[in-house]
This record gives sequence, C-alpha cells and structure tokens, in this order.
Amino acid sequence: MYRYDHYDQAMVDARVAEFRDQTRRRLEGKLTEDQFKPLRLMNGLYLQLHAYMLRVAVPYGTLSSAQMHALADIADKYDRGYGHFTTRQNIQYNWIKLEDAPDILADLAAVEMHAIQTSGNCIRNISSDHFAGAAADELVDPRPYAELLRQWSSFHPEFSFLPRKFKIAVIASKTDRAAMKLHDIGIEIVQNEAGELGAAFYVGGGMGRTPMVAPCIRAFVPLDQLITYSEACLRVYNRYGRRDNKYKARIKILVHELGAQEYARQVEEEFAHLLSQGIEPPTAELERIKPYFADPAFQDASGDRLDRSDPDFALWVDRNTHPHKVPGYVSAVISLKPVGGIPGDATARQMHVMAELAKSYSFDECRVMHTQNIVLPHVRKAQLYTLWQTLEAEGLGSPNLDTIEDIIACPGLDYCSLANARSIPVAQKISARFAETGKTAALGELKLKISGCINACGHHHAGHIGILGVDKKGVENYQLLLGGSEAADTSLGKITGPGFDEDGVVGAVETVTDVYLRERTDGERFLDTYRRIGMEPFKEALYG
Amino acid sequence: MKILTGNDLKTGAVTWWNGHDWSLHVEDAVDVGDRADEIARREEAARRVNACYAIDATRDDRGVRPAHIKDRVRALGPTVRPDLTLKPAEPDIGNWVI
Repeated sequence: MYRYDHYDQAMVDARVAEFRDQTRRRLEGKLTEDQFKPLRLMNGLYLQLHAYMLRVAVPYGTLSSAQMHALADIADKYDRGYGHFTTRQNIQYNWIKLEDAPDILADLAAVEMHAIQTSGNCIRNISSDHFAGAAADELVDPRPYAELLRQWSSFHPEFSFLPRKFKIAVIASKTDRAAMKLHDIGIEIVQNEAGELGAAFYVGGGMGRTPMVAPCIRAFVPLDQLITYSEACLRVYNRYGRRDNKYKARIKILVHELGAQEYARQVEEEFAHLLSQGIEPPTAELERIKPYFADPAFQDASGDRLDRSDPDFALWVDRNTHPHKVPGYVSAVISLKPVGGIPGDATARQMHVMAELAKSYSFDECRVMHTQNIVLPHVRKAQLYTLWQTLEAEGLGSPNLDTIEDIIACPGLDYCSLANARSIPVAQKISARFAETGKTAALGELKLKISGCINACGHHHAGHIGILGVDKKGVENYQLLLGGSEAADTSLGKITGPGFDEDGVVGAVETVTDVYLRERTDGERFLDTYRRIGMEPFKEALYG
Repeated sequence: MKILTGNDLKTGAVTWWNGHDWSLHVEDAVDVGDRADEIARREEAARRVNACYAIDATRDDRGVRPAHIKDRVRALGPTVRPDLTLKPAEPDIGNWVI
C-alpha cells in the first residue's frame, strides 16, 4: 500500500493549517460565504440538506486497517456514528460541523488521508478495480499507475479550474470492474503484440444528464508516456471545454461535438508538443511507487479446502467471494447492503470491525468498491468461515453481491441538496420485496441502480435495471430504465415509458423481473435476455 | 405563508426564522411576508446563518408544513433514519414528509 513520502505529508499538513486559518477567518467574519465557499469546497466540505457534508478521498479505494479505524473514529467523534461509502470509492460524512472540519482534516492527515479535490472542477479521486493486485484475470496491478496519476493530478496548477469536474479510472483487466468507459478518461492497461505494456485511452464517457460511453481515442500509449498523454487530453479539454454552459461543460460534450477523431487529432498534436517538453515523471518515480503495491507475503495455501457444510456460508462464498491470483486465496466482499438497509452506510462499529478483519485476514488491507461495498482482497480460504461468522454477527454477512439486493443508490433527497426524489427508500423497499418473495436467487446476476436526480450519482444509466427519481409537479416520480451496463459490455439504459410513484416503481421492477423469468433461456442473465428480446415485452407487461 | 430557512453557520443545522431568532423547529417559523431578503441579508451578515432562502408553507392545527418535499425533509431529518430526525421517538414521523 502506498505510503506518503515527506512531500505528500508536508502538502497535506500545510493544507490542514491553511484550512484551519480559513475557517477561523470565516467564523470571525473576515471572509464572507462567497469568499469561503470555494475554499471549503476545495477541501471536500459541502453544505447539504441537514448539515455540512465532508467527502474524504480514498485513492483507488485502498485503505489500511489504521485508515479504516480512523474513518470510524471520525464517524464517532464528529458525526452521528456512521459514514457513507460512495460510488467514487470515497466516504462521506453527513453531519459535520464547520467548526470541527479542520480537526477532522488533521485526524485524516495523521493517517495519510485528506479531502482535497473531492469537490470542484478539478481532477477528482482516481478510481480503479477494487480487486486490483488480487484478481486472477489482470495483466498487472493498475494501482501504481493510478497512484502516479494521483500525484500528477493533485494540486496540478493548470487543471485546478477545469470547465467541470473530471474523473479518471484505471484498470488492467478485460473484465471492467470500475465502469471505466463511463469516466471522463478511462485507462485500460493493455499489452501489445510485442509484449509491451501500454495504456488504451477511452475519453469522453460519463453519466449525468447526457450519458455517453467513451470512445477509444488511442489503443496504445507507451506507459512511459502515460502522464504526457493524459496531460494532452486535459489540455485540449481545458482549452475548448464549454465554460459558458455548465450543462455542456463535461469533456464528453466536447468529444461528442468535435467528434472523437478530431478530438484525438488535437490531442495527438498537443501530445507531440508535450513530448518535446519532457514533462513525463522520471521512470524512477514509478519504480519508487511500485514496491508499495508489491504482493504481501502470501503463504502456500494451495492445500486449503473449504468446508461447505453450512449452507448459509456456502451461499455467501458462492456470491461474495472472487477468484484470486494465488491458489488458496480469495477476495471476500463485505456487503453494505443488508435487506432494507441503506446502501453504502456503515456504522463506526462496523468500520472498526472491518478494519480488524482486514488486519487479521487480509494483510492489513481493504478496498472501497464503487458498488458501495468493501473488499478484503487477500483472504485464505481456510480462514473464510471464521471471517464470515464475524461478519454475520455484525450484520455484514449479506450474501447478495451482484444480485438485485446489491443495489447502488445515491443519498437522494434524504441528504442531497441537488436531488429531486429520494433514492434510499426505494432501494430499501426493493431489497425487502425480493428478499421476502425469495426471487433473488432465481434472478441471478442483476444490477439495479438508483439515482435521485439527473446527475446520476447512483449510476442509473448503467443499471441492468435503472431507476431515476424526478420531481413531477412537486411529487416524487420514478422513471424506469432497462439495459444499462457498466462492465466491459458498457451500454446505456433506455427509459421504459411513463414513470411510477414510490410503491409503483417497486411493483414495476417486479413486473420486469417476471418478464425475464418467463422469457429467459438457459444461462441468460437479465441483461442478456433484455438484449435479445428488446424493450417491447417489458413495456407490454408494464403498461399494457 | 412565506417562511425563512437556512443553515446555522457553525453547525450546519437546519434553522427557521421565528421572528427574533433562529429555531431548529419548523413549527416555530413565522410568516416573513415580503421581508425575507432583508432578514436574510442581516442575519447572514451577522454570521448567525448561512444559505438563507424563503419558501412557501402552510400552517394548520398540526403546525407549519413547508410546501415542497425537500424542505419537509430538511425540517424533519432523513426519512430513512428516524433515529436521526428531530422526532426520534416517533418512528412514523417520516410519513409527515410525503
């Protein structure tokens, strides 16, 4: 796991001191809110419905147990005993007091964390595959490259005031577990025919009010030119992005309006210029970073066998573990989606428990997933049963990964000042309904995602079933979408027709799943069936 | 009626103008008529409150009810966590929002 060097620590400590002074001046009246707002947003501090909200960066989702303990302590000391893990692999606290914010940042800095660039029109938290360094199917661990990008983008003077926020994801597997093509820049580490590693750049993806799947603008960038090419992509965007209209300011609009080919041409032009400037970090820096992500001291666990005699445990193993590159190990997913629960929420106690489990069973490491769950990336099979028993006892053992109960939901109108409708109650009702009817198992892989507004923090466009909450003359209304995917087969969902009220949309989801159960052929996922039979049978069932 | 709301500068708590001070309880909100901007400017300048805005509401024998669901959620707290609302002893209070 990456550890701050003295430059990292000095920067973060300096920022804490700076923000402490800014906060003091605000409270003393020496700064107006108009002056202070951009300063607090640069430190991830929003004003939401009920209080200030602090968004903390978790680069590529990776946390040590000490960091997870610190997040729990913050929840206890400064919030109301819980935190909310987000689709950007961050954590948010919903009940922060302005006067406490500098102390929280200081507590974060003490464990090499911060909230810098978690808001604003800058390059946000770099996200990655939550199974990075553990997955059997990856080419290399993408996190050293994500870390290099983090260092390049943090405090980048040219990209601190972009036309809009900017999100980058890095993966190194054909199986996309980071919604890579739905980012402003999605980077896939690939290998060319000569066996050399490089980066494929997908630029101009995103969700929000104008969802787009990023086109590949270059299939292979040598890895020792990764930062230079990224810089070229950003420079063209920074030059031509629509600062006059925030609704058209994302890079996806620029790429769409210019055309991917023309955008790529301009990037190549800029790239050629930048190559002559020598801005790429020295290879030695990447080599310095890499050992922090070296494999932990795996033992010979090839003889480990699972005792599957406990059926509840066996179900959890089947659903919530993922193959590991080392024999005898798995990655174990801790679901933050108990039936009827709030997706992504964890209490301070649960965070402490997860930290201890990471320390005992996963080489001191856990990961935040963009699906709002937590991964213990390296668990010996022989220790899985004991691990699971602890999770069960703490309400963390829900065996529902990638099922209809594993719902992504944004905070919605219960917390977010941008939302038009509540997301969480809909998620709660759907998970309860399917748990009650016992249909979850029969449905198999089915990804359901809910957003409370067009900004799409709940990734509704990419749900096999998506739900978008809208305001219809002051009343919450929910549009249903079908056919989205954030995986390697990325696609955008299509609206079925008129929306539903809160209870109606729960019934509508059940109706849709019934059509699937009726129409599917052997081995077909919901998404496969939808793609084969199209929208009409679902519309017919929903609207007659 | 028009009522005035904002967030306490230091704590961020949702507050309502009661005619002479800020209250955590929407029931205390008073009709500000056309004085919303004037009160908001003065109170923000005095650093008692932040992000003020006026909203439509009604008053009946059950108290003051903001017109829009967003402000009813603000007045109560999250509908999905009764324990975190201003009325944690009333688990069904979330129905007031809808």
